[in-house]
This record gives sequence, C-alpha cells and structure tokens, in this order.
Amino acid sequence: MSALAARRRTLPGFGLTMGLTLSWLSVIILIPLAGLFLRSLELSPEQFWNILSSRRTLNALRVSFGLAFAAACVNLVMGSIIVWALVRYRFPGRRIFDAIVDVPFALPTAVAGVALTALFAEKGWLGAPLAALGIKVAFTPVGIFVAMIFIGIPFVVRTVQPVLQDLDPEIEEAAGSLGASRSQTIVRVILPSLAPALLTGLALAFARAVGEYGSVIFIAGNLPNVSEIAPLLIVIRLSEFRYADATAIAVVMLVVSFVIIFAVNRLQRWAQSRIPAR
Amino acid sequence: MTMQIADSVSLSASDSKARAQAAAARNNLRTEPRPVRIAIITLAVLFLTVFVVLPLVVVFAQAFSRGILAYFAALAEPEAMAAIKLTLIVAAISVGLNLVFGLVAGWAIAKFEFPGKTVLITLIDLPFSVSPVISGLVFVLLFGAQGYFGSWLREHDIQILFAVPGIALATTFVTFPFVARALIPLMQEQGTQEEEAAISLGASGLQTFFRVTLPNIKWGVLYGVLLCNARAMGEFGAVSVVSGHIRGETNTMPLLVEILYNEYQFVAAFAIASLLAMLALITLIAKTVLERHLDEGHEPRDH
Repeated sequence: MSALAARRRTLPGFGLTMGLTLSWLSVIILIPLAGLFLRSLELSPEQFWNILSSRRTLNALRVSFGLAFAAACVNLVMGSIIVWALVRYRFPGRRIFDAIVDVPFALPTAVAGVALTALFAEKGWLGAPLAALGIKVAFTPVGIFVAMIFIGIPFVVRTVQPVLQDLDPEIEEAAGSLGASRSQTIVRVILPSLAPALLTGLALAFARAVGEYGSVIFIAGNLPNVSEIAPLLIVIRLSEFRYADATAIAVVMLVVSFVIIFAVNRLQRWAQSRIPAR
Repeated sequence: MTMQIADSVSLSASDSKARAQAAAARNNLRTEPRPVRIAIITLAVLFLTVFVVLPLVVVFAQAFSRGILAYFAALAEPEAMAAIKLTLIVAAISVGLNLVFGLVAGWAIAKFEFPGKTVLITLIDLPFSVSPVISGLVFVLLFGAQGYFGSWLREHDIQILFAVPGIALATTFVTFPFVARALIPLMQEQGTQEEEAAISLGASGLQTFFRVTLPNIKWGVLYGVLLCNARAMGEFGAVSVVSGHIRGETNTMPLLVEILYNEYQFVAAFAIASLLAMLALITLIAKTVLERHLDEGHEPRDH
C-alpha cells in the first residue's frame, strides 16, 4: 500500500493542481455559499422564525416540498415501468425512447416551461380534452405537479436502468425453478435488489423538483399561498429588496438539499456493500 | 466460458432440441405473460410521449404557427440577435473556465491518492443540488447593493450584477461540476502508468499532460464540454436572478423566451425556444455518439 502511494507520487504537479482546484472551488462555490449562511446568521432566531412561519412562506414551502414529493413518487412508479420496458422487452422504437428519456436533462428549463404551458393550457393539445373532462392543469397546482414530473423522470430511469441491466439472471431463474410465481420473484427477489437504486432515484428526482424554477413558473399560475413555489418566492422577495426573507427561505432549502445529498451518499454506500465481491 | 465450449461441440439433433426447450423454459422464468408485456410497453411509451415528445413537438409547432417567414423575422429582431450573442459569449466564458478547472481538478484528484478525496468530489458536485434561484441569490448577496462587496464595487465603479460578469459567474457556478465529473472517473480508470513511463523517459509534466494524458481523455473532455455548454446556454433560474433583464443588453436566450412569452409574442418566444430545443436535441445526439466512443475506449482496458 505504501509502495503504491510512493509510486503514485512520482508524477509531478500535485501541489500546483490541488492548490488551483481548492482555490477555484472556494472562489466559485464555497465562498458564495458561505456568504449565504453568514447572511442568515445576521438574522436573530426570532426574525428567522417570523419569516419562515409567515403564511406565505409556509405555503410556498408546502407547495414546493409537497408537490415535489408527489411528483417524485409518480416518477418512481412510472420510471420503474419505463426501465422495465427498456431493459427487458424489445419493441419498435426502443432505442429512440431510451434516448428521449434524457430530454428533460437537456432541454433548457424555460423552454420546457413554455412548452408544457402551451400543451396543457385550456386550448392546448392536451389541455383542451382535459378541460372537457373538467380537469384544469395549467395555472393550477396540478400544472406544477406536471412540470415536476417532467423534470424528474430521467433521474429515476438513469439510476435504476444500469442496476437492472446488471442484475444476475440466475437469481431469477433460481427463484422461478424453486416454484416462486413471477410476481413473487419480482416482489421478493428483484425489488429488494433494486431498492437502493429506486430510493436514490426518488431522492434525486425529489431534490431536483424542490429547487426547480424555470419549467414550473410558466405553468404554475403563481398565485400566492396556492400555486407559488418557494424558489419563486425567493425571487419575489429579492425584487422587493427583502434580502433577509430571501436568505432565510434559501437557507432552509439548501439545508434540505444537503440532507438529501448525504442520504444519497449513504444509499450508494449501502448499495455497494450489498454487491457480493466477485 | 463453459457455455462457449459446449457450443463448439457438435450436438445431435435431439440434444439441440432439448437444449432449445430448456432455454425457452429458462426464459419463461425471466419474463411476463404477453398481455402484461404489452401493457407495460404501452404505459412506458404513452408516458414518454405525453411528457417528453409532445412538449418538444409543441415548441416547433408554435414557432412555425405563422409560417416560416414569421419565424425567421422573429429571429432576425435585434433583441433576439443580442440575446443569441450574449448567450454565446457567456457560454464561451463559463465553458472555458470549467474546462480548465476540470482538467486541473482531474489531474489532482485522479492521478494522486490523498485523504478527503470523496469529500472534495462531493463539494465539486454541490451545484447540482442547489436550486438555480439560490445559485443566483448567492451572487446577489455578495455583489448586490446591500451585498458584502457592494459598496466597494460601487466606489471602484465595477459592475458585476446586472451585467455580463454576473451572468457569466452565475452560469459558471451552475455548470461547475460537468467537465470535472466527466473526467475524474475516466482519468482514474486509466491509472498513472503511461504518465509515469513518460516522466521516467524524461518528459516534463506539461509534455506528459499534453502528449499522453490529453489524447487518452479527449472523448471525455468533449463529453464534459458538450453537457457543460448545453446547460450554460440553457440556464434560466440563476441567470434570471443576476441579469436585471435589461432589454438588448443582459437578456440571454432563455430570459428572452420568458419576456416575449409574457408579452404574448408567442411566435417570437417559441422561435427562440426552438433554437434552444434544437441545441438540446443536437446535444443528445452528440452525447449518444460520444458515449459509444467512450465505451469503446473502456473495453480493451477492462480485459
């Protein structure tokens, strides 16, 4: 081990490149983020609490977190179905649909926002038939939900897909030949093997949807207390020069994201520990 | 391996028939009844069509709803041209900065062992999990009128917020991890032997990097730059917070989409949006091609 470390050190430039990496990381990422936390420390706990417990803030956080969680759950179910179809079955256009899953990653959020709004507005291709059924999507919380589903779907598909691909076929065959029904095999054998990936996908989709701004604000309607998401409230508070309010909401959202990263890291470690050494 | 040996041995007809039946029985243990299969495929295709294909199609349908002339007239507007130009400038700055950072960080992280490596990678990944609006907000808090450096900047007459530097800074923040994250695993996998050989043969560090390392990771570099550029050109939330929305000056393409849309200039809004959608599609196609190159690069090293 020490011989390996010594050998690795024979390459030049560690000090220089590490120094540059840390400096640039600090200038672009760490100092700006630290500035946000410093700002929030300037608030007394009482001020902080008053901002967060105001009706409008609470409602915005409730809309963002609640709908993001609901959308992530839809993504979990639909993402699993998509992964299953893409990995296990052969059908015409499979490769194209596989590539298309990444569109929400690649499409700029503002474009997704105006496109979803046009699609689900009362006169839109999907909005018109839905309106005939009495369902209003655009400019209601349902619209936010739809946009969050759009933005989250690749996270579940792309985390679960490689795990299902690598799943050893023999364990399924073993379960089947030992007399398990297909549904028993799926629930008792396949699902547990996919669990860490499914949970990671859920967490990533949730984290993305909570912070999402561009694809949501066009379709949301942005009615305070009803269809106003937390990131939009930050923007509104900034434009009113109420920096303290913006900072307090941002800090809450950041802390939640950091908790999610931590959870995802733990999940990954758990997943790795379950892979038998070969 | 045993399967291959069995295959190469010639078998009698009854043997191969029995084997085919056994294989079919084994496959049956791994799949679902036909109606279930069809239902799952239909659900998957329907969902992707409604949530992904239709939004893409609607962008182009709206952009060309008044004909091709109206489309190009909308793109030729000075405001549109200014937005396109600004978007290209900002993307060039932030992709350039992140490319250099990615190469430097890749060298430090992938070619050396040191404690805290995982923490450092997590820190580089941070922008992925920060809301775009917050990514803009942090720079307002630093450089805004009430910000930490606000009064100093005003005294020295330096404009960062509501100008190109602020937009470039916010975009760099948001796209920070892309190149580094594409390069670190690739460079780790390639190890240090080739570099060590070059150094022991008397090459300098820089020569080794440009002649040995860079050719090995060129597809990874392209991959990172591609994704970084797509996000840089399309970033909305972070840029929206720091831009100030000065018409013809600080509006990038995504910001102009919002402004035109809110003014009910739908053809113009969707015309700009269609350019960004095309960028996304080209990015996805190029990404697929590059992934194939990257996979090819991996295979011989695995065995």
